Amino acid sequence: MARHWWKALAILLLLYVIIAGFTVKIPIIGTNGQSSRGLFFHVPMWICMYTMFTISLVYSLLFLGKYDLKKDVMASSAASVGAFFGVLGFATGSLWATYTWGGTLTDDPKQMCTAIAILIYLAYLVLRMSIQDMDKRARISAVFNIFAYALLIPLTYIIPRMVDSLHPGSATTPGFASKDTDGTMKLVLYPAFIGWTLLGVWIFTLVVRYRKLQLKKIIQ
Amino acid sequence: MINKAFSFCLTVVLLMISVLANAQQQNTESGPVNEFFRSNDKIYVVVGVLVIIFIGIVAFLIRLDRKISRLEKGDK
Repeated sequence: MARHWWKALAILLLLYVIIAGFTVKIPIIGTNGQSSRGLFFHVPMWICMYTMFTISLVYSLLFLGKYDLKKDVMASSAASVGAFFGVLGFATGSLWATYTWGGTLTDDPKQMCTAIAILIYLAYLVLRMSIQDMDKRARISAVFNIFAYALLIPLTYIIPRMVDSLHPGSATTPGFASKDTDGTMKLVLYPAFIGWTLLGVWIFTLVVRYRKLQLKKIIQ
Repeated sequence: MINKAFSFCLTVVLLMISVLANAQQQNTESGPVNEFFRSNDKIYVVVGVLVIIFIGIVAFLIRLDRKISRLEKGDK
């Protein structure tokens, strides 16, 4: 039981985030109103996605070093959990954009670039399904995964900060800076990052354990 | 064993819900808890909804975790 402490931590942190996320005082900026509270739930999805895709990249690199299929299981599981959180982040962002930007799918650079980045990772998952041979599938998808990560960072992190975007935190738009938000928001946001990431890691370990059992069955 | 315990708990919870629904058709009671949930345009009801959904998802994950652990033990 002692090794499950981080799962308990994730549950406690997220219960705190859900309750405090609605009760903490937030500054009202522009037309956002109370919708700024979405910050506590929308941004952690992306942090969790980045964590998962980084785990996936590391295991893809390790796979290419040793050609161990277990590393491929780790990489593909992390990528699918990451894509899941990415889709959640995109969906929550689109809902928010509907009532603040005035459109669900806009031509905003951040939204467009993020959509492309998620599609690249969905392509990774489709690519895996299209190859029958396990060793070939592992090698090709590991190389694809490295390119996907190399595109993810500029598409979702660099380009949206260079151009004008409606998204908070872009070149000309107020975002999560000390002059824009209250310190009270950070008291909820940082626990939210840790809590959602731990929950993502938990789901990731479950997927890995299930797929390793599957792999064992195939090999035997 | 665990499945029997689970179905027993489920039965008890469902019975409790039906009994409560019968006994209390409209909640007009006051008191600190009820007043708290009605304050601020009843936003705390939504907080309660989210807490229930989250606890449900966590319970599901814990069950799944245990099931996979049992599978792993049986494999060795």
